[in-house]
Amino acid sequence: MSNFTTTTTTTVRAGARTRRGSGSITRVVVLGAIAIAFISPIIFMIVTSLKTRADATAIPPSWIPNPISLQAFASILAPGTATPVLQWFANSMVAAALNATLVVITASLAAYPLARMQFRGKNFVFVIIVATLLVPPVILVIPNYLIVSELGWLNSLVAIIVPTAASAFGVFFMRQFFVGLPIELEEAARLDGANRFVIFTQVILPLAKPALATLALLAFLGNWNDFLWPVYVLFSPEVQTLPAGLSTLQSANAVRYDLLMAGAVVASVPVLALFIFLQRFIIEGVSRSGVKG
Amino acid sequence: MSTKVGERVLPTGRARRPSASEPRSQNRGIRTGTRQQWITTPWLFLAPYLLLFGGFVILPAVLGVWISLHSWDYTLPNKPFVGFDNYVALFSPGSTVSGPFWGSMRATGIFTALSVPLLLIVPLAVALLMSKKFPGRDFLRAIYFAPYVLGVAVISVLWRYLLDNNIGLVNHYLGLLGLPDDTAWTTTTPAAWVALVGVTVWWTLGFNAVIYLAGLQDIPTELYEAARVDGAGPWMQFLHVTIPGLRPILSFITIITLLASANMFGQSYLMTQGGPGRETRTAIYQIADTGLRNFQMGSAAAMSYVLTIFLMAISAFVFYIFREKQPKKLEKEVRS
Repeated sequence: MSNFTTTTTTTVRAGARTRRGSGSITRVVVLGAIAIAFISPIIFMIVTSLKTRADATAIPPSWIPNPISLQAFASILAPGTATPVLQWFANSMVAAALNATLVVITASLAAYPLARMQFRGKNFVFVIIVATLLVPPVILVIPNYLIVSELGWLNSLVAIIVPTAASAFGVFFMRQFFVGLPIELEEAARLDGANRFVIFTQVILPLAKPALATLALLAFLGNWNDFLWPVYVLFSPEVQTLPAGLSTLQSANAVRYDLLMAGAVVASVPVLALFIFLQRFIIEGVSRSGVKG
Repeated sequence: MSTKVGERVLPTGRARRPSASEPRSQNRGIRTGTRQQWITTPWLFLAPYLLLFGGFVILPAVLGVWISLHSWDYTLPNKPFVGFDNYVALFSPGSTVSGPFWGSMRATGIFTALSVPLLLIVPLAVALLMSKKFPGRDFLRAIYFAPYVLGVAVISVLWRYLLDNNIGLVNHYLGLLGLPDDTAWTTTTPAAWVALVGVTVWWTLGFNAVIYLAGLQDIPTELYEAARVDGAGPWMQFLHVTIPGLRPILSFITIITLLASANMFGQSYLMTQGGPGRETRTAIYQIADTGLRNFQMGSAAAMSYVLTIFLMAISAFVFYIFREKQPKKLEKEVRS
C-alpha cells in the first residue's frame, strides 16, 4: 500500500507542517464551506426520499421531512411494478461483484509475468495494453454491441459483466504493485522447488491483498456506476442495472421527486457504505493511479 | 524501483521455441529450469486476460473500421461496402448526418472548453489548501471525493431535482439571495451549460484533487526550502517549484479530464435530454443514438473515429505542451 519512494521526504515535511499554524483557521473555514456545498446535495437527496409526495414538492423546500415517511421506498420497492427497483439492485450487485472478481483474477494473473518474467513479446504486450488506456472508449461501443449481439448476450447481464472486465488499468495497476514487491521471498520459494503458479498463489497474492482489494473496489464502483453501456444493451426492465433503471424511473415519473430520490438513495447506499468503510483504499487507489502513471 | 533487481535473476527465455519432446520439470532451481517452462508459463498467466482484451478491445477497435466502411444498418440483412462514403457524408455540409454530428461535436467542444479549465484549476486550489496536515484533513478529503462514488446516473437525477426551476433548491436559495429565482437550468441555454458544467465540477472535483494531493506530497520539501532561502515568495514557489514538480501529474490530469469531458454523456442524457433542441446533445450521445437506437452503425462508427482522431490530436498536443523540457536535474541533485 505504501509509497516506496518518499520515506525520507515525508519525515522532513513533518517538521515543516507543525511550523505553520497561523493560516490554518482560514483554511479550515474555506475548506469547511466547500465541504458543506459538497455534502448537502447528498443529504438533501436522502431527506427528500423520506418525504411524502406532497412534502417533496412543497415550497419552500424543507430540510426536515414532515412527516418522515417511507412511502416513496414502499412504492418503488413494491413487487410487480414496471420499474422493479429491487430487481435492479440485485442485478447491479451480481454484475458488479462478478465483474470485479473477473477483473481481479485476470488482471493479477496477467500482471505477474509482465512484472516478474522475461519472455519474448513481453514489452509488446505491455505497451499495447497500456496504449489502450488512451484510446477513447467510444470507438469500442458500436462494434462491441455487435460482438455482444453475436454472442447472444444482448439484454442480458453477461453483457455488463464480461466485456468491461478487459481492464487495462487493472493490469497496469497490479503490475506496478508486483514490481514494487521484494524479490527475495519468491527466490526462497523457487529454491524450495515451487513452480510459478504456486509462487503466485502462495507468496505473491497474499502480499498483494491490499492492492487486490483496491482494484476490486474500483472495479466494483466502476461497474456499479456504468451508465451508457447498460442503457443501450439492456432493454427489458427486469434485466436493467440501477443506473439504467434510474433513467427508466425518471422517464416514468418525471416530477415524482420523492420516488426518484428514493431510487437514487437505493442506488447510492452500497457505494456510499463501501466508501465510508473503505475510503482509504479507494482514495489511495485513485491517487496512486496518477502518481505512478 | 526494484525492477532491475527483480529481473536480474531470471534467465532470458528467448532462445528456443518450446518443443513437445522436452520434459517438463517440476523441480527446478532458479537458473536451471527448462527453457520451455520460461516460454509457455507467462502466456498461461496472460491467457485469460488476453482473451478478454482481444475479444472486447482489440477486435472491436479493428471491427469498427470495417463497420464504418459499410452502409451497416443493424436491422437490414444487406450491409453493402461503401468505402469512405460514411466519412464523406460527415464532411458534406448538406448531408442528413453532418448537421447533427457537427452540432454534437460543437456541444462536446463547448462542454470541454468550459469544464476542463475549471476541473484543472479548482481541484488544484483545493489540493494546495489541503497539502499541509491539519486536523480533519482526511475527513474533508473524503467529503470532496464522496460525490464521485455516486456515479453519473445518481448525480444527474439528483441535480435535475435540485435545479428544477419551480421547486428546486438552487432557485429557492438564489431567490433568498435576491437573485433571479426562475432560471430554467435544464431547458434553456446558456443556463443548461452552467448546470452541466457546475454539476460535473461538483461530481469530479474530488477525484482530481486527490490525484493532485498525491502529486504535491511527492515534491521534496527541500525544493521549497531552497526556494525560500533564495528569497522566493509563495507565488514564486508555486510557479517555480510546485508547477514543475507537478508536471507529470498535470499532464496526466489534463489528459484524463479532457477525455472524460469529451466523453460526457450521462449528465446530458438525464439532466437536459440533449435539449433545448439538440443544443446539449454531445458527440457521444449522438453516436450512441445513431448507432444503437437508429442502428445506423456504419455512420455511427465513422463518427466515433472522427471524434477519436480529434481526441488523439488533442492528447498529443497536451503531451507536447507538458513534455519534459529539461531532465529533472534539480530534483536529482536534491534527492541524491
